[in-house]
Amino acid sequence: MSHRHIDVRYVANLARLELTADEVATFQPQLEAILGHVEALSKLDVSGIDPTAHATAVFGKMREDIPHVSLSQTAMLSNAPDQAQGQIRVPKVVTEA
Amino acid sequence: MTITTLRRQLLAWETSPAAILTKLAGEIAARDQGRTGAYLSHHLDTALAEAANTDLSLPLGGIPIAIKDNINVLGQPCTCGSKFLENFISPYDATVIRKLRAAGAIPFGRMNQDEFAMGSSTENSALGITRNPHDPTRIPGGSSGGSAAAVADHTAIAALGSDTGGSIRQPASHCGVVGLKPSYGRVSRYGLVAFASSLDQIGPLTQSVEDAALILQAIAGPDPLDSTSLDAPVPDYLRALNAGVKGLKLGIPKEYFGEGIHPGVRKNVEAAIQSLAAQGAEIVEISLPHTEHAVATYYVIAPAEASSNLSRYDGIRYGHRAANPTDILDLYKKSREQGFGPEVKRRIILGTYVLSSGYYDAYYSRAQKVRTLIRRDFENVFKSVDAILSPVAPTPARKLGAAGADPLQEYLSDIFTIAANLAGLPAISIPCGTTDFDGGKNLPLGLQIIAPHLAEAKLLQIAKAAER
Repeated sequence: MSHRHIDVRYVANLARLELTADEVATFQPQLEAILGHVEALSKLDVSGIDPTAHATAVFGKMREDIPHVSLSQTAMLSNAPDQAQGQIRVPKVVTEA
Repeated sequence: MTITTLRRQLLAWETSPAAILTKLAGEIAARDQGRTGAYLSHHLDTALAEAANTDLSLPLGGIPIAIKDNINVLGQPCTCGSKFLENFISPYDATVIRKLRAAGAIPFGRMNQDEFAMGSSTENSALGITRNPHDPTRIPGGSSGGSAAAVADHTAIAALGSDTGGSIRQPASHCGVVGLKPSYGRVSRYGLVAFASSLDQIGPLTQSVEDAALILQAIAGPDPLDSTSLDAPVPDYLRALNAGVKGLKLGIPKEYFGEGIHPGVRKNVEAAIQSLAAQGAEIVEISLPHTEHAVATYYVIAPAEASSNLSRYDGIRYGHRAANPTDILDLYKKSREQGFGPEVKRRIILGTYVLSSGYYDAYYSRAQKVRTLIRRDFENVFKSVDAILSPVAPTPARKLGAAGADPLQEYLSDIFTIAANLAGLPAISIPCGTTDFDGGKNLPLGLQIIAPHLAEAKLLQIAKAAER
């Protein structure tokens, strides 16, 4: 955990966030300070310790498979930013070969 | 006025659900709009229509409950305090809303919050400022700041909030109301907009411990729609409420009373401990040795889960969509850039970083192991004590706009509340006197009680004894 440097623009791109130059300049020292604090965890001996993913582990819980009426197409489209013919419209995804 | 008092009046025909709602709407217009700013919206007509069909024989019959703006109520906005969801209208009810309605309550009002519940001041809301009713120059706390401020301002009878690292308890403490975070899994999260799914839990903010018990009774229990909700039976939370603390062992963790606590907070919390001792509780000093690592652990795990949960905001199916994108990738990136505020962006970047392949073991995997150590601290302590007492926050409410440019300093003030989320334990904040702080007079503060997993009945029993 010796790497405190974070390439903010690179990571933001992985998270599909476009940032302004001002945001990169603001976030850079802030995130490095946070990671600097987090580095204290590297001094703890955690060998042989199991990770906790959920405070109360419940595994493989399934509900009964009972058919029921789900939300209507109208309800599901009601918040769509752009729609046509009962579907959500998006910019062209596939380019011609 | 408390739920208990209003229920008595309703059953004696001294008031009606419609009269309660109309009076609240008047108080919101007089005191909230342009002043406290706890409400993002409220819909009197819908609530009145619902009130007309309320069954007063039900436990919460005719009681309006204000709802944090990250819990879905059919047909109402659910902005999460974000520009991204500014125009979103919920297509369904969260399970807690369905359960509140089944208990006769009426959801009324959408309460301001830090954007996607990320923050502890409500200043991270993209949709407006909420002020502390005790001192309008100060924060109400957060992220459930609107819920806490409205209950303190008597513009709401009671409210629901959500707590991921203290977001119910800290604003309750800052506003001088009761705030309960149930055990992880005790209340269904279905319909709560996800921030950090292994930590999030819905709970009540109320004017009394008894009211918190009444609401928990209504919303607790298993839910087929939330696989992390627990099947454990829901006990009667009111039955032992007045049983007192005689013979109970209460632990005081020495790590929670170190430097950095304001002297007024220390004095009032110690007075509350003395009062419980005078009522027959045995007070013992305990140690939670991994406390100092709680903030670091939380600020790896919570952003990691948030970065994953918030990937759903892509501008495609709902929420903000950027205009004139060049292609689909540009649409994602611009929509998210325009829709999210700075704190949300910081946490998404941080979370993406700690989950990335080169750093996963060093940060995320290690934080999960330290989470185990923090959980074990509590398991060890609860072998010998019934509950733990501590402050909720190191200081009373700070001034609005005084956070500065270093988010880490703000994160560090979460130190006393975060561990209960990491360990999945129930915890409550109850009013614990007032103190002067940073030029402010008589600012409220809270006593935190933490109990073993699913021991909400005992938690409420101790809280009731400590309530002044």
